[in-house]
Order: sequence, then structure tokens, then C-alpha cells
Amino acid sequence: MSEPPAPSAVSNKASRIAGLRTSSAILSGRTRTLTEALAAWTLAGPAVFFLLVLFLLPVISVFVIALTDWQFGAGTLSFVGLANFRAIFADAGFRASLIDTVLYVLIVVPATVVLGLLIALLIECGKSCRSFYRAIHFLPFMATLTAMAIAWEALLHPTIGLVNQILSAIGLPTANWLRDEYTALPVLAVIGVWQNLGYAMVLFLAGLKSIPQDLYDAANVDGADFWFDRLRIVTLPMLGPVSMFVVIVVALRAFQAFDTIQILTRGGPGHASEVLLYTLYRESFEYLRAGYGAAVAVVFLAIVMTLTLVQVRVMDNKVHYQ
Amino acid sequence: MNPTSSSNCLSPAAAILRHAVLLVTGALTLVPFVWMLSLSIKAPGEIFRASFSFWPAQFYGVENYTKALTKAPLLRYMGNGLIVCALVLALQIIVCAPCAYALAKLRFHGRDLLFGMVLISLLLPYQVLSLPLFILGYQIGILDTYAALVFPYVVSPFGIFLFRQFFKTIPDDVVHAARLDGLSELAIVWRIMVPMALPAIIAFSIFSVVSHWNDLFWPLIAVRSENMMPPPLGIMAFRNEEAGNDYGPLMAAATLVVLPLIIAFIVAQKWFVEGLTGGAVK
Repeated sequence: MSEPPAPSAVSNKASRIAGLRTSSAILSGRTRTLTEALAAWTLAGPAVFFLLVLFLLPVISVFVIALTDWQFGAGTLSFVGLANFRAIFADAGFRASLIDTVLYVLIVVPATVVLGLLIALLIECGKSCRSFYRAIHFLPFMATLTAMAIAWEALLHPTIGLVNQILSAIGLPTANWLRDEYTALPVLAVIGVWQNLGYAMVLFLAGLKSIPQDLYDAANVDGADFWFDRLRIVTLPMLGPVSMFVVIVVALRAFQAFDTIQILTRGGPGHASEVLLYTLYRESFEYLRAGYGAAVAVVFLAIVMTLTLVQVRVMDNKVHYQ
Repeated sequence: MNPTSSSNCLSPAAAILRHAVLLVTGALTLVPFVWMLSLSIKAPGEIFRASFSFWPAQFYGVENYTKALTKAPLLRYMGNGLIVCALVLALQIIVCAPCAYALAKLRFHGRDLLFGMVLISLLLPYQVLSLPLFILGYQIGILDTYAALVFPYVVSPFGIFLFRQFFKTIPDDVVHAARLDGLSELAIVWRIMVPMALPAIIAFSIFSVVSHWNDLFWPLIAVRSENMMPPPLGIMAFRNEEAGNDYGPLMAAATLVVLPLIIAFIVAQKWFVEGLTGGAVK
């Protein structure tokens, strides 16, 4: 049998719709809610299962493990209360890691935000080559950081690296950048700035686009025709909320620095460039001290959560503001 | 549109200054890429003779790239990366889209609770969860397999959040019309919502593929054997074997690992910027 001709299909559909309408009218409100709820939980079921197993239960277990003396492979464990937390804060290595992380963030965030803003302003103030400049500055953000860290290592090589070659050519002192306890962390921070600059820039570009032209016109009428006046009176105040947002997302990324440390310094020399995430990795998966590692994870989580909650507040304020 | 210059164009001097500064910062940004590329086509002798020149005196690219592809299973690493990224992305869309539809368009008891679960998961940095996830992977006996690399990412809270936002902008009438046409709820998700939310799907796909192609932290924990390694872990292993002495092939390998995303980025710049900064909502 061939397909039924179109008109009959339409009338079929019409009668089906009529049928549906009557049946849905018959269905009581409660049954309809019930079928909708059933459909919803069926659709969301897999996601709910995986959210529980891969996010919520693990985060609870991190807290539980942090209260035990468990080591990987050990058959037994006992609850030791807050002993792990006392241990990490008594550990000079962990305190060094905490300080290094804060220093790293304190270098990366201001440098990234200021440079990102400057480049965004420069790109936006002219009309030509905008997407070209945007692309170039954004490139490091999506390039595989592990591979680029290896390229940076070649640049910073004490004898054959480009950096030292240039420095000695112009008569400046050279250094063994990644093996010197005074330069290791700042150099890693420079790489952090290099990587995140384009990200900050793109966020600022979006912020600049959302400033209404009227404000510039109004400022012009008020006699602000020098570019610096417009920048001071309109652009920077209007970028306030965006800037706060950029500061926090860049800080979040800086706190999560890992790849460059793992490839370039492994926290060394000594503890000179050890950051929290690297400590977490090494304690948990190289020294296999699960309880201790979990305590580090809890501290790390506390910092990241605090920053994220500040970010949520900022976002809320921004919404109210508009 | 023109924050610092208002309606009129920049003066010629200012325009030149703008280009000058941006060209300098752009060139500085590109230095690591250029140096990597340059070393990847130089002979060992020339690398250690320390010179400024970008172009080698003797072109050694063929040897370096051949060595990178043969001494380390680089193609295998990249194949692994491709398989893992594809599996992760496919599973994320399959799991997240129906859930996002339920959150956006259906009314049911517990919806706020479910959305709260998504938001809490969204806030958790994945590195914190690595310890329990490692134990889970060990218990079900999948460590050192593709499954180990994929399973923590089967559901993406960010994906659910992003799709939900997009689905909410699709009018309810579309859903009602589809129901009247006799489509099941699941069919509405896949035949109506997902095609209409294509921009969100593309942005999310770029975000997902870039993050998982580049990830080092979890693969470092989840796999040990060389033939399971994704590109970042593989190139790290290659470097450790070479002990940093054979720069040419190492830089060739690094170039090959970075190349696929860079080419994709150049082709679809707008989408990349959108996909990767949409993640800022996170």
C-alpha cells in the first residue's frame, strides 16, 4: 500500500488533535501534573544520577576523607577529627604553598586585568583590524598549555633560550629563570598573565560594547571632547561591574594554576613555586596521603567557593543595576 | 561603539600609535608560538649554537617532525584526545539536553531542588573531586582506560545551565504545537529544542572540546600506560624521556599538539570567543 494522500493525513492529524483535546479535558489537573512530573524526572534522570555520583557524593566524601588518617592502599582507617587540618597548617611546606599561591594570584590578577583593559580599549577605539588583534591576543588562552609550557621552557633555557640571548646581547644580567628560587614564581606568573590576558580582553570588549552611545553624546555636549575626559567620565565608571567580574574570574583561574607548575618547576626549587593545586596533586597521588590531600582539597575548595560566591553577588548587583 | 573617540575617527597620529602598540603587544604574545615553530625546524647543532634567526640555516623540519611522529606515539596521543573529546561531548549533550529541557519547560515537584543541585555542582572546581573520583574509578576497575578519562565529565553542570538558559528563550507555543503533533517529550528535546538551540550547542561544544583536549590534571591521575595518554600527558611523557635535550622533535611534537585547535580557532574565531567566554558565567 502506498502512503495516504496528503489531505487525509491532515484530517487524520486534525481528528487526533481533537481526540487529544477531549482526552486532555477529561484528564484532571492532578493527573496532568503527575504525567508532566513523571516525564520531567525521566528526562532528568540520567543527569540527576550522574550529578549525585560525580559531584555531590564526591564532595561529601572529600570532607569525610579529610577527617581520617587514610592512605591509599591501606586496609584500615580511623577518624582523627581535625588532625589533618592541624597538620597542614603546621606544615611549613603547606604554608609556603599557600603563600606562593597568594603571591602568584597577586601578580597575575592585577597585571592581567590592567593589560587586558588597555588592549581592549586600544582595539575598540579604532575601526581597523579589530578581529585580527583580538584573535592574536586571544590565541594563548585556547592553546594547549602543557605544550606551550614546553615552548616557554625553551625560551627561558639558561644558555640557548631566546630570553637570555637577548638580555646578554644588550648587556643585561641573565638568570636561570626556572631554577632560581627568586625568579621561578614570578616567571610562572608572567606565563599566567600571557595565557589569561586575551580572556580578560575579550570580557572587557563585551563590556565596552554594552556602553550606550548616548552617554558619549551626553558627555560631548557637556564639553568632554578630549578622549581622556570621555574615558574618565564615561568608559571607566561604566566598566566598573565588568571589571569586578573580570578580577574574580581571572583570580579563579589563577588559583587553579597547575599545568605550568607541573611541567616547568614541580613546585621547586625547594618550595619556591609550589601552589595549592600542585600540593593537592602531590600529596594525594604521589605521596598517596589521601587524608592529608583531602584536607588540602577542602582548603582549596573554601577559597574557590568564597571567590565564586563574591562573583555571584557581583553578578546579582549588576543585574539590579541595569 | 567607539568608547574613547566618540563619533569621529581617530586622528592619523593616534591611529598609527594604536596600531604600533597593538602590533608590539601582539608580537610579544606570539613569541612563544614563533620560537616553538622556529626550533621545530632547526637542526640540533643550530639550536645549541644559539642564534636569533627565525629561519634555520639548514631546514631540518622533515627530520624533526618525522622523529616526533615515530619516536613517540604522537598520532596515538592525538587519536586518544580525539576519542575522549568526542565521547565526552556526545555523552554531555545526551545527558544534559533532556535535563535542561525539563528544567526550562516542564513544571514538576522538585524542580528548584534539581536546579539547586546543578548550581552547586557548577560551583565545585573539578580538581577537588579528583580524589573520590579516582577511588570510584579504582573500585569499578576502569582506571587506565578511555572510560576513566571520560566518566567524570559525563554530565556537565555548565552544559545543563547553558542549555536551560537557551531553551527558556524558545516560546512555549513551539512546545505546545509539537505536543499537538503527537511528539513525545523526548522527541521534542531532540527534534525541536536542540536544533533550535544550535548556537548554544556549538558554543558549548567548543568549550567542552577545548577544555578536554587541553586538560592535564585528570589524565595525569586517571591513566598510566602510554597508549591511553591524551596529547598533554603524552607530550609531557615525551619531554621527560628526552630529558629536554632533543629540542627539535620536542618542539615539533608541541606544535602538532597545539595545531588542531589553532586551525579551528582561525576558521571559527567568533564561535571560539563566544564558546570560551560563555564559560565565564561559570
